[in-house]
Amino acid sequence: MAGRVEGKVAFITGAARGQGRSHAVKLAEEGADIIAVDALKDIDTVTYPMATDEDMQETVRLVEATGRRIHSAHADVRDFESLRIALDAGVEQFGHVDIVSANAGILSFGAVEELSEETWAQMIDINLSGVWRTAKAAIPHLIRQGTGGSIILTSSVAGLRSYAGVGHYVSAKHGVVGLMKTLAQELAEHHIRVNTVNPTQVDTPMVQHPDMYKLFSPDIENPTKEDFAQASGESILYPIPWVESIDVSNAVLFLASEESRYITGVALPIDGGVLVK
Amino acid sequence: MTGRMAGKVAFVTGAARGQGRSHAVRLAEEGADIIAIDLCEDLPEVPYPLATKADLDETVRQVEALGRRIVARVADVRDSASIDAALREGVDELGRLDAVCANVGINNPAPAHEITEEQWHTVIDIDLGGTWRTVKAAIPYLVGQGTGGSMVLTSSAAGLKGYANIAHYTAAKHGINGLMKTLAQELAEHHIRVNTVNPTQVDTPMIMNDPMYRLFCPDIENPTREDFAPISQSMNALPIPWVESRDVSNSVLFLLSDESRYITGVALPVDAGVLIK
Repeated sequence: MAGRVEGKVAFITGAARGQGRSHAVKLAEEGADIIAVDALKDIDTVTYPMATDEDMQETVRLVEATGRRIHSAHADVRDFESLRIALDAGVEQFGHVDIVSANAGILSFGAVEELSEETWAQMIDINLSGVWRTAKAAIPHLIRQGTGGSIILTSSVAGLRSYAGVGHYVSAKHGVVGLMKTLAQELAEHHIRVNTVNPTQVDTPMVQHPDMYKLFSPDIENPTKEDFAQASGESILYPIPWVESIDVSNAVLFLASEESRYITGVALPIDGGVLVK
Repeated sequence: MTGRMAGKVAFVTGAARGQGRSHAVRLAEEGADIIAIDLCEDLPEVPYPLATKADLDETVRQVEALGRRIVARVADVRDSASIDAALREGVDELGRLDAVCANVGINNPAPAHEITEEQWHTVIDIDLGGTWRTVKAAIPYLVGQGTGGSMVLTSSAAGLKGYANIAHYTAAKHGINGLMKTLAQELAEHHIRVNTVNPTQVDTPMIMNDPMYRLFCPDIENPTREDFAPISQSMNALPIPWVESRDVSNSVLFLLSDESRYITGVALPVDAGVLIK
């Protein structure tokens, strides 16, 4: 039985681990070749470690184990040229690109009045402008090919509601939803669809670390993963502590496949009902 | 390869033709057994022919041709007793209930001030009341089994924006979105998810009829499907006149399958970008 994205090529940012790796593997399982990029270096306003070369090697191994091909590269969404070069090389190798997952994102913390210029700027530059640069690098290929395409931007529940203590993240993720709607308008005539996925807390290294635990349990001195599971679960309507990367990947797969061929301009929450709680 | 609905039983209302039949067949393709109901008679307040018993028999034939089981009954979503009886027979024969498509809908265009009491009541009673009675009948089975479940209520793009000359339909479909959000809250603790699909114009007998052509083409004396196509397309962002039932079915499948296991309380437009145009 043919996969649900058989013969397509997917460009994924932040693909070395977490949601990005999960998207790469899921799309490969369903028949796609993968162009995977990641910055693979730490960021000074972010308190948890970024993905490493070894992480990217593991993504490569997992994709190749499905029988699909992968082109991986160092590229930083803050640097348009690095994205363009990596994507162009992947398109050169595989012949086309059909699916874009603008997934790269970071998380840092601070009350709005306490955020430094640098913390604000890096957040916007990566989580919002990086998504724009990713789309900008891919759109010329999609239009030139003339065969349509599907662009999936990773926003967040924080793109649709606010959370105290991460105003810059909330601003960036709201911006991604706005960008998606404009892109959906601009690209519809080319049969290119643009949607966002809007997850609640996902069980990834961006979420599972002490500063995130402290955000959710400010009254506990050194909150643990168990404390976080409790507090995070209380923020979600459905009786779960968080969602898994595969849950977001299944939504990305749906939006990438022809099953959603006429869905565009949509923000799709994968949030256990946070927004209706 | 096991189907995406293998081992599940789905209850589909308005299943004799159009989107309902398409949902029944699509879910059966993925391994579900089906409980199907339809009114199978015309109504004086509805200005186009409704489905017939022969239509419902054709749905049965198509589901059985896939090797799946189906229990099909004539029932009226205005009458809880008739829904209860059909569902009881279906669950008795098929053994369980996992998924619900509350799909029944009618329309009857007129400016708000010209809508009669009978027209208003019929549209609200079937489109909104019928959706409530459908879930009311199904919830005791889902809760009683203790194995969770997923319900998809068929709303519309008219559940998220206004459309002139269908005030009752727009009000009913907005009401379905509100009902969905409350149900998502009430049922989360039972691992029962509730979402809506919100299509633009779909190529079905509810849309492809003379009163609807006249609604969309007020300046043409006897408008046809061909006259309707460009006007319908001008409302969509994607360059298509309408979506097919199959497109809505693919979204229903995604929301009923375990791929969306943590998606609840969500309105999913299948609208070719109507909402962002």
